[in-house]
Formats: sequence, structure tokens, C-alpha cells
Amino acid sequence: MFDRTIFSEEHEIFRKTVARFVEEEMVPYHEQWEEDGIVPQSLWLKAGEAGLLCLTVPEAYGGPGGDRLHSIVVIEEMAKKNITGPGFYLHSDIVASYLINYGTEEQKKQWLPKCVSGEVILSVGMTEPGGGSDLANIKTTAIRDGDEYVINGQKTFISNGHNAGLTVLAVKTDPSLGAKGVSLILVENDRPGFTKGRNLKKVGMKAQDTAELFFDNVRVPASNLLGEEGKGFIILMKQLEWERMIIAAHCTATAEAALEWTIDYTNQRMVFGKPVSDFQNTRFKLAEVKTSLTVGRVFVDRCLDALMKGELDNATASMAKLWGSELLGKVVDECVQLHGGYGFMWEYPIARAYADARVRRIAGGSSEVMKTIIARTMFPKESR
Amino acid sequence: MYINRTVFSEEHEAYRDTVARFMDEELVPYHAQWEKEGIVPREAWKKAGDVGILLPAIPDKYGAPGGDRLFSSIVIEEQAKRGLSGPGFTLHSDIVAPYILAYGTEEQKQAFLPKMAAGEMIGAIAMTEPGTGSDLQSVKTTAIREGDEYVINGQKTFITNGINSDLVILVTKTDPELGAKGISLILVEATREGFTKGRNLDKIGMKAQDTAELFFDNVRVPVTNLLGKEGTGFYMLMQELAWERMQIAIGGIASAESIIEETATYTKERKVFGQPIAGFQNTRFKLAELKTQVQIGRVFVDKCLELIMKKELDASTAAMAKMWCSDLNCKVIDECLQLHGGYGYMWEYRVARAYADARVSRIYGGSNEIMKELVARTFD
Repeated sequence: MFDRTIFSEEHEIFRKTVARFVEEEMVPYHEQWEEDGIVPQSLWLKAGEAGLLCLTVPEAYGGPGGDRLHSIVVIEEMAKKNITGPGFYLHSDIVASYLINYGTEEQKKQWLPKCVSGEVILSVGMTEPGGGSDLANIKTTAIRDGDEYVINGQKTFISNGHNAGLTVLAVKTDPSLGAKGVSLILVENDRPGFTKGRNLKKVGMKAQDTAELFFDNVRVPASNLLGEEGKGFIILMKQLEWERMIIAAHCTATAEAALEWTIDYTNQRMVFGKPVSDFQNTRFKLAEVKTSLTVGRVFVDRCLDALMKGELDNATASMAKLWGSELLGKVVDECVQLHGGYGFMWEYPIARAYADARVRRIAGGSSEVMKTIIARTMFPKESR
Repeated sequence: MYINRTVFSEEHEAYRDTVARFMDEELVPYHAQWEKEGIVPREAWKKAGDVGILLPAIPDKYGAPGGDRLFSSIVIEEQAKRGLSGPGFTLHSDIVAPYILAYGTEEQKQAFLPKMAAGEMIGAIAMTEPGTGSDLQSVKTTAIREGDEYVINGQKTFITNGINSDLVILVTKTDPELGAKGISLILVEATREGFTKGRNLDKIGMKAQDTAELFFDNVRVPVTNLLGKEGTGFYMLMQELAWERMQIAIGGIASAESIIEETATYTKERKVFGQPIAGFQNTRFKLAELKTQVQIGRVFVDKCLELIMKKELDASTAAMAKMWCSDLNCKVIDECLQLHGGYGYMWEYRVARAYADARVSRIYGGSNEIMKELVARTFD
């Protein structure tokens, strides 16, 4: 088997800290959070204290000043234990990165230290009831009125939506334009006219709060603009490789864990007088799974390596996201099957992983969008 | 390329140019004819020997190019890219010759390797018998010591390069009482009395490659034809399995890459309902899926090659590579044949021949079921 080579010793030490935190502070409570449909903010504060949030925020803003591999460590350790409730990576690695890269000094000073500590939870409002991946056609508007923007519209499927203290909202500051009319605006919870709707019920990811957001003449100061007007689309596109690798890394680590659970289970569970793992079908299915995972692991690590060097292109990251999420879907399905009836019971991690996994092929750019991107590199002319 | 390949040096790439030119000039134009004949003429082997394409990884003191396994990989890749399934160079160069190099006496090496490097002598290895595939321990062919000779009796089948072969590494039982420990390897020249070659077997694909039955009827060879020690045949055959399996993975992924490229080109040119086939979303999505898998396989194979060069690749990982790449190649070719429509079924199209050729890669070199068994053992 392969030794992984992308992590330094320091990353591995950090991994131990993370693993301990996950074991002590998340695993025992996750089921309760699933019933509650949300992770309490107290967990976020503890995670902040333990240094698990916003790994790439520079020390100047109270952050640990780590790199993206630190982030990957957190993602992997949570994935291993099937901890899908806390929306840490959205907060730490997607939204906080927008602030780091495009925020004014004031915005950074105001928000980042609180994001690091877990006092302020971040979300990003992109999807609308009428538009998913097609960001150029969003309907939410932010019209400049003196020193303020007046925001009207509606968002849905917003992860961390209920917990969020600050939402990075994708809006049209110029509704007459397409992508070039898109801007990002920071909206605090207490702005009059900003209301949160239902905590949406989902197939899986049951401990993660997913919200509808409504904006009815919400006024925010012009200084809440993130980056420049009309640059929202570009900002959101800038780190797509990274966002896709997050999902690929998460999927790969989850699938590896699912294989481990299933090896253990089939070794213990007896049927017709012998362990399930003694049947050739079991062995062959799991050998196929292990092979695909080994191949996938090498690819994901190679991509992460390229990412750290700034060499990863969008199409390759899309391949990683596409393949990682499709593979996870296949793996958890096969693994549920090998668990028999128990695999359908919520108390078994594989059941939850099965339910959780489905969204990976949809969120973060659907598999179809990934294929479109990859195909564009093969068929530049025909893809228009 | 999305992720650059990093395993090859400049020297390797220069060699690749030589190999590519040779294949375009001396193999590609004649391959269809060889398919009809069911065999590649010895002339082609000699020409390959002349330009240094045979035995790439065997030291130059035996008249060979003296390269490394990456040189061998280049020959495999360039051949696979062009669908040149006829010439059994890899078996000759990277399976048969290495046994002689690793276990042969100096005399054996001197006698055989230079001629093999020159393409004057073609090598084969005979393991499978009518009653025995991957289960080597139960081979029935015997080589019984009689004075200074072995007397060989038995039968082999599915022997690649069998008709052309001048030298066969024969898997025999020198002690039929024993299982694996009774197995020995014996070098048998095609000229030995009592050694006859049977039919050139008709196959689904690989039509230019001669695949033979071999019969041994009281064949006598001197004891100096023993390769390695008596009873260690099984052990020797197990030593380089990782590399031997990688050869199939390397060819598989190179084949899949080239088929995707050809299919992308075909779908851009071929029109249906007034637009190129590539204008349909199904075409683009299918090819995007295939390209994704092949890119992932490529990174994996190159990682394995890196480990091969460091002598760190373990058997189960090589088994994964063999299984995954041969499965993938077949899937890719099947989907690409579909995108070619009726033309994909016509032998003149590369994808049609690739379809027929690829099927065996899931069977030989250890069937993919055996590969799964090897991977599954890591769970125990």
C-alpha cells in the first residue's frame, strides 16, 4: 500500500489534536444534533478554542496561520467519524477565504477573529429557489441607495443558515447584467427585514442546519460590500479548484472509513455458520472497493499536491470532485448491502453515511456541471 | 494533459521518439496483413532488434539497450497507443528475458540474451496447460532427470509467441509428487526432438499474435538447460509478478487514453441530425466521464511506476493496477465503440480491433478474479 506523502510532521501532530477533539466533543453528541437538526454554537466555540476553525486565517487576524492541508486534516478526521453536522469547512475554508482574499482591512479585523473563535458562524447565500448552479441568473438584488444597499430576494439550501451570524450574500447590484452584475454583500443577522425560514428537512446531513433566507428591503451600509461591485461572480469562481478538492477529499476519507466499518462488520457477522467476509462475493466486492479507493486516494493526494503548488486546474479538480463523489455513492451503496438489514438501521454509521453521501453528487457543482467543465476542455467548440 | 507526467527523463523521451518512429514506419503499415496471417514475421522482430526496441531493460553487456523498466514501459505504451497487439515484444523482452537474466547461468545468458536482443531468437514462456490456468501448482508436464538429461513429457496451451518461439521457458514438475515445490523451469529450444507446435489458435482478438499449443513427447534436454535450481520454479515465477502485472496496466491505460483521443476526434467530424456527434450532451458527458477515469488511472499507474523503479511496489497494489486498468480499458473501448456507431463495429476502425484485443487483458496475467482474491487477502 502507499504511504501518503503530502503531509508534514506538523500536520500529523495537528491530526492527533483534531482526532481527539472529534472523538471527545463530536462523536458522543452527533446523534442528538441529528435529532435537533442543528449543531449548538457551544460546539463551535469549543472548536474555536481547540484551534480547529479557520485554519488558513493569518495570525494577524487571530487565526492559526496554517495552510490548506491543515484544513484537509480537519475535513478528513471528521469524515472518518461520519461527523457531517458541523459545517466547519464551509465556514473555515470557503467563506472565511472570501473574507481573507477580498475583505477590506476593516472587514477582516471585524469578522475574522470572531470566525476563528467560533463566535460568528459564516454562511454563503448563492442558491435561489429558481437557480442552482446558474449563478449568472440570480434574482436577489442589492440596489444602491445613498450610502446603503437595499436588498430584496430569497435564498435557499443555505448550509449553516440558521447558525450563521454573518452571511455572504450573492446579489445583483446591476440586475440588467448577467454575471457581471453579481456582487457579494455581507449581511449580519440583526439587519431589519432579514429573516430565516424553515430548517429544511433533508435525506441526510441531518445535523446540519440548512435554511431558507428572506430579504425584504434589508438595508446594509455600502461598506458591507465584499470586493468590488460586479466582481462577485469572479470571486466565487476564483477558488473553485479548492472547493472541489474539499469535497473530493471529504468523499475519499468517508469512503475509506465506510470500507473499514464494512470489513469489521463482515468479519464479525455470521451467516450460514461462517463470517460474511468468508464468502467470495464479499471478498470480491470489497476488493473492488478497496482498489477504487486506493486509485482515488493517489489521485486526490496528487491533486492536493498540485493545489498547494498552485498548479491545479479547474478541469482536473472537477474530475476529482466528480469521481470522488460518484465513488462514495457507489461505495456506501455496496457497503449497506454487505451489512444486510442492519445497514438500513440509522444506528449503524453506514446507514447515515449512505443518506449523507447522496448530496455530494449535487452540492458544490453537480456531477453534470463537472462533466460540462471537463467536456469543455475536450470540445471547446462543441460545448458552446 | 491535466496533470503532467513526471516519471520519465529526457533520455526516456528521446527513446520514445525512436520507438514511435519505428512503429509508425515498420509496424503500423503491416499490421492488418499480419492479422490475416495470424503471426508477425521474424523480419519485424529483427528490425526491432536493430533499432534497440527488444530487451530494453537488459544490460548492454548482453547486447541489449541497457535501459531500465521505464524504457520497457515506453515500448509498451507506444505499442498500445497504436493498437499493435501482434508483436509479442513485451512478453519476450520483459518477462522471458528477465528470468534468464535473474536466474540463468552466465553461459545461458551469453547463449540466449544477445540473440534475443537482436530479434534472432524469439522467447516464450509456457505455463498454462489444457487443465490448468492460474493454478500453477498442479501442472502436469514433467521433466524427469535421466543421467545428464531431463526427459520432458506433457502439453501446454495458450502460449504467446508460441509458433515463432525459438526458446521456451517451460514450467515443469521435476518432482511430480510435490506441489509448488516440485516445479522447475527448463529452457527448451524449438529444435529439440519431440517438441512440436500445434495449432496457431484462433482468438477473439490479438489476431496478429501467434498463440500456440505445445507438445512435448520424450523431449530430451541437457541438465544445463535447467533455469535456476530444481524445485524453485514456483518461487521464481512469483518474484516479478508486480512488474509483470504492471505491464498490463501500463498498456491498458495507454490504450484507453488513445482510444478516447481518437473518439473525440471522430465525434467532432462525424455528423448526425445536422450536427457533429460531439454536439450532443450525451457524447460530451460520456467522454468526460471516461477521461476522468483514465486521468485518475494514469496518475495511479505513474505512481506505481515510480514505486517499481524504487523496487517498492507490492503485489497487491500491482494487482489493483492490473485489474483496474484492464477493466477500465474495456469499459472505455466499449463506450467509444458505441459513439462510433456502425463504423465502430468495422474492423478497419481502430476501436473495433481494440474492442476485440482488450477482452483478454481481464483474463491473462492472472484473471481479474485472481487479482480480487489477492486484494481481498489484505483484509485477513
